[in-house]
Amino acid sequence: MAQTFTKTMARNIFYGGSVFFFLLFLALTFDTSMALPERDRREVLDPNTELGRQIAHGKALWEENNCIGCHSLLGEGAYFAPELGNVYVRFGNNTEAIKAFIQSRPAEGIPGRRSMPQFNFAPDQLEAIAQFLKYASEINTAGWPPNKQG
Amino acid sequence: MKYPSQGVARLYFIAAIALFAAQILFGLIMGLQYVIGDFLFPAIPFNVARMVHTNALIVWLLMGFMGAAYYLVPEEAERDLIAPWLAKLMFWIFLVAAALTVVGYLFVPYAGLAKMTGNELLPTMGREFLEQPTITKIGIVIVALAFLFNIGGTILTGRKTVVNLVLLIGLVGLAVFFLFSFYNPTNLVLDKYFWWWVVHLWVEGVWELILGSILAFVLIKTTGVDREVVEKWLYVIIAMTLITGIIGTGHHYYWIGTPEYWQWWGSIFSAMEPIPFFMMTVFAFNMVNRRRRNHPNKAAMLWALGTAVMAFLGAGVWGFLHTLSPVNYYTHGTQITAAHGHMAFYGAYVMIVLAIISYAMPIMNGREANSQRSQVLEMWSFWLMTVSMVFITLFLTAAGILQVYLQRFSDAPMQFMLVQDKIAIFYWLRELTGLVFLIGLVLYIWSFFVASKEPGLTSAAVDQALKGNGGTAAAIA
Ligand code: HEC
Ligand code: HEM
Ligand code: HEM
Ligand SMILES: [Fe+2]
Repeated sequence: MAQTFTKTMARNIFYGGSVFFFLLFLALTFDTSMALPERDRREVLDPNTELGRQIAHGKALWEENNCIGCHSLLGEGAYFAPELGNVYVRFGNNTEAIKAFIQSRPAEGIPGRRSMPQFNFAPDQLEAIAQFLKYASEINTAGWPPNKQG
Repeated sequence: MKYPSQGVARLYFIAAIALFAAQILFGLIMGLQYVIGDFLFPAIPFNVARMVHTNALIVWLLMGFMGAAYYLVPEEAERDLIAPWLAKLMFWIFLVAAALTVVGYLFVPYAGLAKMTGNELLPTMGREFLEQPTITKIGIVIVALAFLFNIGGTILTGRKTVVNLVLLIGLVGLAVFFLFSFYNPTNLVLDKYFWWWVVHLWVEGVWELILGSILAFVLIKTTGVDREVVEKWLYVIIAMTLITGIIGTGHHYYWIGTPEYWQWWGSIFSAMEPIPFFMMTVFAFNMVNRRRRNHPNKAAMLWALGTAVMAFLGAGVWGFLHTLSPVNYYTHGTQITAAHGHMAFYGAYVMIVLAIISYAMPIMNGREANSQRSQVLEMWSFWLMTVSMVFITLFLTAAGILQVYLQRFSDAPMQFMLVQDKIAIFYWLRELTGLVFLIGLVLYIWSFFVASKEPGLTSAAVDQALKGNGGTAAAIA
C-alpha cells in the first residue's frame, strides 16, 4: 500500500502543482490588471493634473505619518481607530469636514480617550490628504463596507 | 553538535528571544492603550507601539529561521558552512540595523524618520508590516543574499536531503517575494494587490515550506523515524500548501477594488488551505507514535507537537472562520482578523522557532538535553504561553463578533468608537491574559539559566530509567 504512492510521485505533485498554480495566478493577475482601469479610478491619478499631484502627495503624507498604524484603509491596517476608506462618505461627502477633524486634534490627546496625534499639517497638506481619502472612497470595492460606519 | 560552524546559530537564537521579549512588552502597552486610550500619549502613540510589536515579531522570526538554517543545514549536508564568518558578520549587521530602526521608531517622529532616510527617493514606508525605512529594507535584502549564498553553497556542495532542499526553496521564496515591498505605486489598488504578495505569499506560502522542513528535521532527530517516510509526508504537505495557498491569495482581493470573480477563486482555494495544516498535525503525531527512540529532550518534542496542533487551530480553523467572502464581507478588518493573526503567527511560526531552539540550544551548549528541572520549567512556559494565547484569541473573537454585530450587522449600526467602548471588557480580559503570557515568557527565559547550572540528560540515562521502571513514566515525567 505504502509502495503505491511513492516519494517521487509526491515530489512531482509538489513541483508540478506549484508551477501550474503559480502560472494560473499570474494569468488571473494579468486579467485583473486589464479589468482594473474600470474600477480603480486611475483617471484621477494623472500626474499632469493638479488633482493627480494632490492625490499622490496625499498618499505620500498618509504613508510618511503612518496613519495605517491606527486606522484601516479598505479594511486593511490597524483596528484601533475608524476605517478611513469611506470616511469621505461618512463625513457627508465633504473634504472640509475631514480637514477640520484632522486639524482639531489636541496635541496632548483627549484624557482617557483613544487619541490621534496633532500633525501640524500645512493647508496644502491637509487638502492633499483629504483628496487622497476622497479618491480612496471612490474605488469600486464590490459594495464594501456594509454601511457608512465602516 | 557535529560541525563547529553550526554554533553560529546560537547568536541568532539569543537575539531572537530578546526581540521576542520586546515584542511582548509593546504588545502589552498597546493592549492597555486599547482601554486607557491616552496611556503614554503622546510619548508613544499607538501606531509606534504597533510598529515595534509587529516588526520585532517579523525580525525575530527571521532571526529564528536563519538560526535554524545555520544549525540544520550543515547537519543535513554533512559538512561545515562554506563561510561561518559571513554568518557572524551578517548577524551583527542585521542586529544593528534592527536596533537602529527600533530606536528610530521610538525616538524620532515617523515623518522625521522618513525624511532622514530619504523615503521620497524610493517611497516604501508607511504600509502595514513594511514600515521599515527603505535603507533598512535594502539592508534586509543584503543580509538575505549573503545568507542565501552561505546556505545555498553549503547545501549544493554537500549531501542533498529533502529537508535541506525544501528549506532552501522556502528561503529563496522569502527573499524573492520581499522584493515586492519596493513596489509602491500611487494607485492604491495596485499597491494593495502586490502588498499581499509579500504578506500572504509569505505566511501562507513560502514560510510554510520553512515551517515544514524545520518540523521534519526536529521529528527525524527526536523520533528516529525513517527519513523516507518523513520526506514523503513533507512533499505532500508542501504540495498542498502551494496548490491551495497561491490562488488562496484571492481571499484578500474581495474588497480592495479587484474584480468580483476573486470572491469565487479566493473562497474556494483558501477554504482548502487548512488541509496542509491538518496534514501537518497528523504527520507530527504519527511520527511521535511510531518513534524508534526515546529522546531525552521532551521539551523539544512538546514544542514540535504543539506547533502542529496550534498552527492548525490558528491558521486552519480561525482562518477558515472568516475566509469565505460572504463572511469576510462582515468580518474584514475587525478584531476577528486580529484574533486569527495572533493565534496563527504564534502557532505556526513562534512555536516552530521555539521548537528548534529547544532542540538545538542544549546540543550547542554541549549536552544532549537540558536537566530535568530546566525541562519542567520550559514545559510550564509552554503551557502558560499556549493556553494564554488560546484565551487571547477567544477574547478577541468575542470582541470581534460583537463589533461585527453592533457596527455592521444590526439594523441601527453604531459608530466605531462607541462600539469599542461597549466591548472594552474583552480588551481588559485580553490584557490580563497577556500578562500571563509574559509570565510564561519569563519562565521560558529562566529555564535557560537553570539549564546552564545543571548537568544535562542523556539518552543512556533515559533508557536506564525506562528499564528500571518498566514504563515510560520516568522518561515523560
Ligand atoms: C495614534 C493613532 C492615530 C494615528 C497615527 C492617526 N489617527 Fe486618525 N484617528 C485616531 C483616533 C483614535 C480617531 C478617533 C478619534 C475620536 O473619535 O475621538 C481618529 C479619527 C480620525 C478621523 C475621523 C474618523 C471618523 O470617522 O471619525 C480621520 C479623518 C483621521 N483620523 C485621519 C487620520 C490621518 C489622515 C492620519 C495620518 C496622517 C491619522 N488619522 C493618524 C487615531 C490615529
Ligand atoms: C501577549 C500579549 C500581546 C498583546 C497584549 C498583544 C496586543 C496586540 C495589539 C493591541 C495589536 C494591534 C491590534 C490593532 O491593530 O488594533 C496587536 C497586533 C499584532 N500582534 Fe500582538 N499582542 C500580544 C502578543 C502577540 C504575540 C505573541 C504575537 C505573535 C505570535 C503577536 C502578533 C501580532 C500580530 C501579527 C499583529 C498584527 C495583527 C493584524 O494586523 O491583524 N502578538 N497585538
Ligand atoms: C500560519 C499561517 C497564517 C498566518 C501567520 C496568518 C496571519 C494573518 C494576519 C496577520 C492577517 C492580518 C493581515 C492584515 O493585517 O491585514 C491575516 C488575515 C487573513 N487571514 Fe491569515 N494567516 C495564516 C493562515 C491563514 C489561512 C490558512 C487562512 C484561511 C483558511 C487565512 C485567512 C485569512 C483571511 C481571510 C484574512 C483577512 C482578514 C480580513 O479580511 O481582515 N489565514 N492572516
Ligand atoms: Fe492570506
